[in-house]
Amino acid sequence: MNELLKIRDLRAVVDGKEILKGIDLDVNEGEVHAIMGPNGAGKSTLSAVLAGRENFIVTRGEVYFKGKNLLDMPPEVRAREGIFLSFQYPVEIPGVSTVNFLKTAVNEHRKYRGMAPYPPGEFLKMIREKMAWVEIDSKLLNRSLNEGFSGGEKKKNEIFQMAVLEPTLAILDETDSGLDIDALRVVANGVNRLKGTNNAIIVITHYQRLLDHVVPDVVHVLHDGRVVKTGGKELALELEKQGYDWIKRQN
Amino acid sequence: MSIDKINRDFIALFQEARETPKGPELIEKHREEAFRRFQELGGVPRDAEEYKHTDLVPALDRDYRVTLRPTLPEINPNALFTCNVPELDTRARLTVNGRPTRDEEEPDLPGGVVICSLARAAERYPAIVEQHYNRPAAPGNRDALVALNTAFARDGIFLYVPDGAIMDKPLQIVNLMRGNTNVMSFRRDLFVIGNNAAATILACDHTLSDNAFFSNNATEVSLGDGATLDYYHVQNQHVEASQVNSLFVSQGRASRLDATVITLYGGLARNNIFVTLAGEEAECNLHGMYLSDKKQRVDNFTSVDHAAPRCRSNELFKGVLDDSATANFTGRVIVRPGARKTEAYQANHNLLISDAARVNTRPQLVIDADDVKCTHGATVGQLDDEAMFYLRSRGIGESEARLMMMFGFAHEIVGRVRLAPLREQIDDLVDKRLRGQLTKCYNCVLHCKKT
Repeated sequence: MNELLKIRDLRAVVDGKEILKGIDLDVNEGEVHAIMGPNGAGKSTLSAVLAGRENFIVTRGEVYFKGKNLLDMPPEVRAREGIFLSFQYPVEIPGVSTVNFLKTAVNEHRKYRGMAPYPPGEFLKMIREKMAWVEIDSKLLNRSLNEGFSGGEKKKNEIFQMAVLEPTLAILDETDSGLDIDALRVVANGVNRLKGTNNAIIVITHYQRLLDHVVPDVVHVLHDGRVVKTGGKELALELEKQGYDWIKRQN
Repeated sequence: MSIDKINRDFIALFQEARETPKGPELIEKHREEAFRRFQELGGVPRDAEEYKHTDLVPALDRDYRVTLRPTLPEINPNALFTCNVPELDTRARLTVNGRPTRDEEEPDLPGGVVICSLARAAERYPAIVEQHYNRPAAPGNRDALVALNTAFARDGIFLYVPDGAIMDKPLQIVNLMRGNTNVMSFRRDLFVIGNNAAATILACDHTLSDNAFFSNNATEVSLGDGATLDYYHVQNQHVEASQVNSLFVSQGRASRLDATVITLYGGLARNNIFVTLAGEEAECNLHGMYLSDKKQRVDNFTSVDHAAPRCRSNELFKGVLDDSATANFTGRVIVRPGARKTEAYQANHNLLISDAARVNTRPQLVIDADDVKCTHGATVGQLDDEAMFYLRSRGIGESEARLMMMFGFAHEIVGRVRLAPLREQIDDLVDKRLRGQLTKCYNCVLHCKKT
């Protein structure tokens, strides 16, 4: 199995406060990793740093994605290289229709790979196919991106974008939060359809419930900016049973 | 040249106009009084509150040729201009330097609708012209530029929609500026929409040569009881062009006005919109959008007079400013005594792309009635960092992401255009404009250099 993501001693500060205090993580193709941990452990910071958010400053360490130095790349290049972050709080962008946004994004990806823009007919065909993955209403396509979407629609729209962009590494930042059981199932189905032997998924979550549907190969527990425990899927169940105090006590 | 010289030149020009062959008396008879108003007001406004942030002197401080004779331009309009929106099925009229290219009536219009030149209308329909010419605009003669228009304007487009008639196609007015020298022009339009009648008007302004232009236009609109008017005005001129447009609308009971003014390009654009809600339950929606860069100036001045109870007004103006562009918005709302249950909403939102761009936004509410709802809000901001990151995280490059967000910001106005082909065309123009591709005067066959 080829190594996709390699993180070594990653440290990062936000607003002058160190949040990541030396993260080591290896993700191979074909794997699903879960990152769990209490509030403030640094889970969302890690995802933001990987996606390239500018106000998160890396002070030390290295991140390699497919052997390339990820930290040197602006966010759009990371995305074109195959990184996708499903936002915990997707941003509303008035006046930009979902379909135009997707077309622009897809064609920027294609341009990066030396491909011509999608012929319009084929693009719409592909979009319709991927919409079925996440049971999203086609009316959302012509609405402004995320504007006035319900919480569930926003999260489904994230997974829809993921399905369209077909990333090599998808990072789902608490995609399960605020979802009812039906939406959770739809999101999980979408993720499972993406899962293949050439890509990997990192699921960031507080709870076991998404992991019932998207079964992780590796579970990491993040606490106070470090990975304090790594195990198989049973680790998530153990956490669910014992609570995060169990981790806090051990550290 | 100083402002005194500019004002002296106008006096000399008016003297010359007195000695020029006259047009229809119904129009002529307003001139002397209007020019007196202009002089009483001290000539070109310098210190007037309404022009606090608009200095017209640099634009007027050059030599312009003014055509005073009542002649039609001797040109073949079709050779100059073809509309870029072929799907728009309209009845089109052209003006060149403020004068209609034809004066005769559009033949056989259903419902008794009349489209012709204002000068022709003054001869053929004196009762209508007498009743409406310089009526909505008369209070506007407090503004020296409007007085100047009344003093000098000879012609423009006339539309009459009789009671109960609904126009089958929009009236499209294409205003062109061209010349071998710099040109100053005055145009006067009159639109009379009868009781329960409905009309759609689309006006667009273009420059066809790289001379400097100063156009001073006034458009008077009378909306009868229950009448509706959709009015669109798209301004796309070059940077050496200045325009002062004054739109006056008087609204009858339960009438409705939707006016959208889109300023894509130009050196100086001053848009005055004066609406009088004279009948109960009248409604007006004023929308404006301006995209401005380099040293361009866009100045929107609105005044909505709630003179009757239970009327609604709704204003939304949005602008994107780059480089050292300047924009002004003044939103005056007057609620007269007795205009109970008035609802007046006003918002002006601006996106500043550069540090040197400036915007002045001034709500002015004068409320002399009880039981009214009036709100106003203004914002001046930059592109949202969160949204930028979101777009970039999907693989969209920084400059493209900025463009998308600016486009989205402007789309809130463009999206309200009801004529679908026009909406798509404006969307496309906005996109090109934001990408810096609208450097040629849009749709012009002469390909002048001024951008």
